[in-house]
Amino acid sequence: MRVVTNCKTLEVIEVKDLSYTYPEGKKIDFGDFGIDRGDHCLLLGESGCGKTTLLHLLGGLLHSTEGLIRVTGIEVSRLSETELDNFRRQHIGFIFQKNHLITALNVQQNLLLAEKNISRADELLKSLNLSDLKTKKIQTLSHGQAQRVAIARALMNKPEVILADEPTSALDDKNCEAVIELLMTVAKENQSTLVIATHDSRLKSKFHRQIHLG
Amino acid sequence: MNLFVLVWSYLTAKPLNTVLNILLLSMGIGVITTLMLFNNQFQEKMSDNSRGIDLVVGAKGSPLQLVLCNVFHIDFPTGNIKLSEAEKLSRHRLVKKAIPMALGDSYQNFRIVGTDTAYTNLFKATLQEGTWWSKDLEVVAGSAAAEALTLKVGDTFASAHGLTNDGHAHEENLYRMVGILEPSHTVADNLLFTNVASIWKVHDVQDVPDSAKEITSLLIKFRNPIAALQLPRMINTYTNMQAASPAFETARLFSILGVGVDVLVGIASTIIIVSGLSIFIALYNSLKERRYDMAIMRSMGVGKTKLFASIVLEGTALTFCGSVLGILIGHALIFGFTTLVEEGARTGISALVFYGGEVILLAASLLLGVFCSLIPAWQAYRTDIHKVLSGN
Repeated sequence: MRVVTNCKTLEVIEVKDLSYTYPEGKKIDFGDFGIDRGDHCLLLGESGCGKTTLLHLLGGLLHSTEGLIRVTGIEVSRLSETELDNFRRQHIGFIFQKNHLITALNVQQNLLLAEKNISRADELLKSLNLSDLKTKKIQTLSHGQAQRVAIARALMNKPEVILADEPTSALDDKNCEAVIELLMTVAKENQSTLVIATHDSRLKSKFHRQIHLG
Repeated sequence: MNLFVLVWSYLTAKPLNTVLNILLLSMGIGVITTLMLFNNQFQEKMSDNSRGIDLVVGAKGSPLQLVLCNVFHIDFPTGNIKLSEAEKLSRHRLVKKAIPMALGDSYQNFRIVGTDTAYTNLFKATLQEGTWWSKDLEVVAGSAAAEALTLKVGDTFASAHGLTNDGHAHEENLYRMVGILEPSHTVADNLLFTNVASIWKVHDVQDVPDSAKEITSLLIKFRNPIAALQLPRMINTYTNMQAASPAFETARLFSILGVGVDVLVGIASTIIIVSGLSIFIALYNSLKERRYDMAIMRSMGVGKTKLFASIVLEGTALTFCGSVLGILIGHALIFGFTTLVEEGARTGISALVFYGGEVILLAASLLLGVFCSLIPAWQAYRTDIHKVLSGN
């Protein structure tokens, strides 16, 4: 169990007056919102309304110029590039729409990219029924297997926050259901806060906490 | 993840590309290593073999041939000179030492040299077994010759006329082995030594008057530097003989060979430059395919300096493997040349000699690797994670 670093509030994600100006001049306001620790939340909105941008801002992949972002009590907007690397390594797990796995490496090596914790990798592969695929090449995996490997990879650092970008948009109803169930289960097991950016309306019924953008 | 594992995985993920790049560089480095080994050793051997010989005096003809035949025992004799003239020259006041040479016979491709021990003294040769020759038809063998011919002290053999195996055999007069020399790593290792009179005896000219006797050449050591100016001109102008300087002729030989060496170095350098370009292109292209890989790694908290380092490491790993392979190829070529080609074995060149130049080659290759990977590595360093991951 991780110690709550921000004592004033239970909010693991805190956003105030956040806006982002794209290099081409377009500006998006995200306003204020907070997400509680352990809560699961949807970021909804049409394509191009800034869901991915917000997700990247929260995960420290993108630097915001105005406003405040506090994740796990850390002011992300104030971090330097190296501090952002450490921040992501310690606190964040990313899941992307394309389960981009590194094909030059095998399944286990993909998990060990940032953190050389073999027992953690084995534990995750086991809990996601991937143990048999440990030394398999990425090309030999099915789409579903690849998605589970990508989820396992995001969980390597026991992230306090899991940020998922359109994890279900390419899936049929059955698989969509399975992936969401899986994500919610693993988030619960790892005591992680799950934030999903999506325009997939199939997910709306599953989450009571929803943030609408645009 | 360990950088080496990552780089190794990327290199083995595209085995054909990797092998091509390594082979290309190794070819260039191999040619340069071969030239370096051959040239350096050849020059060393040349100077070892001609140490103490200021001038070769023999029959008129090609001065280079005269030197090659009488000093390096490679080419054929130019002809004979009269013993009386040679003896007259030996007594000249500018001559410190004159060594007679009688060549032209061989035993199983090993040359028999009729001379005196002043010649073996030039190589500081010492006996490993037996005694020096003292009577006619007694032979002392160089170490390599004795080994190759499996001759022991006390054995007898018939020499063949000429320097090849198919010459007429002088069966009436058998030579007898009396001694074997210690290896001197000079041309002496491959020679069979006897006295000049033995050569005459074998050719049935022993009983002719001295005025009709002939030898192949005289090796001369000058008494003082003035001799270098006067003797050659005197010999070439006033006698039927010609004088050739080993130093001058070998320098001339190297300037002729030098053109070929320069061409080969030029070709090798071009191959190396092309291989550098090929490595650059390979890294640059693979980087396009790996943009997403790198963005993912960054999203997992891998620092950008680590990505930079991994690309540079990939480039230098290729050039390191290429240059090590190239140096091995260079030594292997020399090894093949010295073991498979008979003339190669005679040169006394070894594949197991290493030069400082090879370390420089290795260092230069590593530098080439760094240089070729700098631009791709810089691109990896600057990967815009957000842009790549949001699909723009």
